[in-house]
Amino acid sequence: MTEEFIHTPSAHCETGTVSNLLRSYGLEISEPMVFGLGSGMTFAYLKQIKINGLPLIAYRMPPKMIIKLLTWRISGLKFHYETFRNADKGMLALDEKLTQGNAVGLQTSVFFLPYFPQAMRFHFNAHNLVAYGKENNEYKISDPVFSHLVTTTADDLQRARFSKGALAPKGLMYYPSEVPDSIDYDLVIPKSIRFMAKMNGRWNPVPFSGIKGMRLLAKNIARFDNADQHYAQLFMGHIVRMQEEIGTGGAGFRFIYAAFLQESANLIDSSFLHERSTEMTQIGDEWRDFAVLCARLSKKRKGQEYSDAAKQLNKIADMELDFYQRLSKFKK
Amino acid sequence: MKKDKIPNQPHEMYEGETKGLYTVNAEGQYELSRTAGWEPETIALTQALEEIDRLTQQALNKVKQGHSSALEYHMYAQRMDLPMLAVAIGKYQWQVKRHFKPANFVKLSQQQIEEYAAVLGIDAITLKTIPND
Repeated sequence: MTEEFIHTPSAHCETGTVSNLLRSYGLEISEPMVFGLGSGMTFAYLKQIKINGLPLIAYRMPPKMIIKLLTWRISGLKFHYETFRNADKGMLALDEKLTQGNAVGLQTSVFFLPYFPQAMRFHFNAHNLVAYGKENNEYKISDPVFSHLVTTTADDLQRARFSKGALAPKGLMYYPSEVPDSIDYDLVIPKSIRFMAKMNGRWNPVPFSGIKGMRLLAKNIARFDNADQHYAQLFMGHIVRMQEEIGTGGAGFRFIYAAFLQESANLIDSSFLHERSTEMTQIGDEWRDFAVLCARLSKKRKGQEYSDAAKQLNKIADMELDFYQRLSKFKK
Repeated sequence: MKKDKIPNQPHEMYEGETKGLYTVNAEGQYELSRTAGWEPETIALTQALEEIDRLTQQALNKVKQGHSSALEYHMYAQRMDLPMLAVAIGKYQWQVKRHFKPANFVKLSQQQIEEYAAVLGIDAITLKTIPND
């Protein structure tokens, strides 16, 4: 297996890693399926958590959550997780798995991975990738967000696995320990969809996530006319980066979910889900329009007002609310 | 998004790498396509990098004038900020800030210097110096 690892490029690191890993362990599952069954889609606006002085805006569940929900839902699927205090021990454990011919998932920091373009290397500690082999002192890596396979030296990989700070990976290594022969889609698809819809929709009790989170952010943006303009411009650019760049956020996730709905519709033969998939695609397009507005505001182009961006975000919130309410009681 | 609407606006920052994006093809089916870049993203990334450069330059001037230590310069140069560095090194922000004072910085033990250097991804000798123009 080591030699012929099948690298399927993906849109997002965590779901791509899990999908590629499970495929190499014999369970055929696509990236959108992993994302959907893990109920990965959400929105969260966390003012308290700052990244370079700007609040965290997330468009998906926190790292590791998708794998946890996935194993919770699919019976017979179990993952083995291991973290290490000692970096050398962590590297030895990795080598051991690789010599057995098994691929493993790793949590790493993008900053210490030299195969990333220099401009993209930020201190983001929750990047997932698959290590599938070692030759001389180089590790063979299948990084799901790259179109091709990559390699990295042992020193760099060690630094990336044991980087410090928020969401520190602590050398996290994971692989499936039990894999089922098949998945009971009739059971798990409606369950995962209802969970996602309730988590984001009208009955969500958390004031900074789901629809409520979007409205909160919209309210904040509308107030930017009176704010420090340097900060406001950085904030608008930051929204785009959180949405499009880091882990292929926002709109990207909406399209992954739409792809999941389409695949599900075919699997359990539901025309209702086909319609919802089209609806999600439209919502994703609206997110892209929102990104265009934000980018213009971050450059202070004439003819753009903060209220336009706020209005666009509220429009998306309305569309998504409708979407979630339709799906929150979904039964096959 | 429709497959034929995929933006392809490459930028040298991406060093030729492309990004995966799920799009709808002519038959209405979802598939993974690749995009070379999109202007709003490029704008946002450029802005973030420029802000880091601005802070780095500011810190460098402060170090040259003797108002700050090389640690502050390297923190920004390695794309970190005070809260991030404090979490990474396992100290309170006021403790790290103390090491921004040149008089305190020179008193740091070799071990502390090495800890900072490891977190920032540079070596200990580099951490003690600033680049000459």
